[in-house]
Amino acid sequence: MKANIVIIGGGISGVSIAYNLAKKGMKDIVVFDDNYMTGGATGRCGAGIRQQWGTLMNCKLAKMSIDFFETAQETLEYHRDVEFKQEGYLVVATTKKEDEISEKNVALQNSVGIPTQKLTPKEALTIVPHLNIDEVVSATFCPTDGHLNPFLMTDAYYQAAKKLGVTFFYEEKVIEIVTKDKQIKKVITEHHEVFTSKVVNVAGGYSREVGLMAGVDIPVFSENHEILVTEPTEKIQGPMVISFSKNIYCQQVPHGSFIMGRSDLQALHNHDIGHTHQFLDEMAKTAVNLLPPLGDLRVVRQWGGSYNITPDRQPIISDTDQCSGYYMGVGFSGHGFMFAPITGILLSEIILEEKPTIDITKLHIDRFKNKNLQSYETNVV
Amino acid sequence: MSKKDIMICRCEDVSLEDLHNVLNEGFTSIEEIKRILRVGMGACQGNTCNLLVQREVAKFLNIPLSEVKTQKVRPLITGVKLKSILENANES
Repeated sequence: MKANIVIIGGGISGVSIAYNLAKKGMKDIVVFDDNYMTGGATGRCGAGIRQQWGTLMNCKLAKMSIDFFETAQETLEYHRDVEFKQEGYLVVATTKKEDEISEKNVALQNSVGIPTQKLTPKEALTIVPHLNIDEVVSATFCPTDGHLNPFLMTDAYYQAAKKLGVTFFYEEKVIEIVTKDKQIKKVITEHHEVFTSKVVNVAGGYSREVGLMAGVDIPVFSENHEILVTEPTEKIQGPMVISFSKNIYCQQVPHGSFIMGRSDLQALHNHDIGHTHQFLDEMAKTAVNLLPPLGDLRVVRQWGGSYNITPDRQPIISDTDQCSGYYMGVGFSGHGFMFAPITGILLSEIILEEKPTIDITKLHIDRFKNKNLQSYETNVV
Repeated sequence: MSKKDIMICRCEDVSLEDLHNVLNEGFTSIEEIKRILRVGMGACQGNTCNLLVQREVAKFLNIPLSEVKTQKVRPLITGVKLKSILENANES
């Protein structure tokens, strides 16, 4: 089998890249994924899409992705409802330092056209009336942040890419990438040998391993982030409520369930995607404290998923001098789903040697050759 | 009885017609069907619908029921209120 390009990873980033390349006329695009569709990080994510970031690059990536999501349903001609909802993110500051940082972030976000506003605790109450403002110093609100169904959004891209001729193999693991003189020659999977000169690594939690297959050293690690979902209830909360100091994100999805998650600050760097009772305990404490009426909701399910994290917690979207024909969209540090539209656009431009829509020098893997990080994303749960 | 009126998943209001449509689209693993239709994601966590879905998949693929993999079982076994979890966490 021959291919112009092999995409490793059929999650949201993979289907977005495949769609964008095919739309630009590339033929013989093949996608492999060792799991079922959305079996990896995409299907395990919190389903939120936000633009309230602390670095310029993340703000730009988020803004351009939301611009796409606003018309994704029609653009991709998808026959199901992708459950897009734009009712904002309310970011809650509970320390003085956090309040000061948020001031700077709002200015940064506004500078690229993201309509975030700073709010007093009382103003925050008009947006989320059941918020406990005892510890709240201030809040920021961006009305165009929101929610999308990760399964259906992935399927929408997948169906559109298939119509454009992309070939997908789910449940088929890539075993080896054959290179010669730092050039891609072949990709060997459980059932195929594919001759190709180009490979894209969008393997989410396993992107480091897929890098090493071609001798590419990618400075990322994976860690487990747990999450839970409640039974559905009548609509009481429009926006996602998120706090970096309280370590919580929590939103009511259009279906009625509440989805919430937090970070385990002691999480090990590995591929664990299990679930713990400690998470349930800590999550219940924070959620009921910050959003008291949620105490009456029943938790129906919990799970875990991998964040793939870079040293500056911003993604790597680039080629590399370590191997010619090797491209990557990795290290999204928990936000690959919400950045997927722009990931697809930018990588298709890099691969087809077009001028990228935005300057992405700062997202190149080479930025880590300099040990001093130029920027660091603080806005991560 | 019309396929529209035969309910497969009572938690999420999924009919036999919905299920057949997704099978015809090419989604034949229970994990995928769950993510598209939400069967098995509701209050009963698939205890009611899973066997029904399994049977339909087996019929569609013309394979024995035993060869259709069920969905992954995740906690909790039954719904528990967040405040009950909180009370228990505070005691221990």
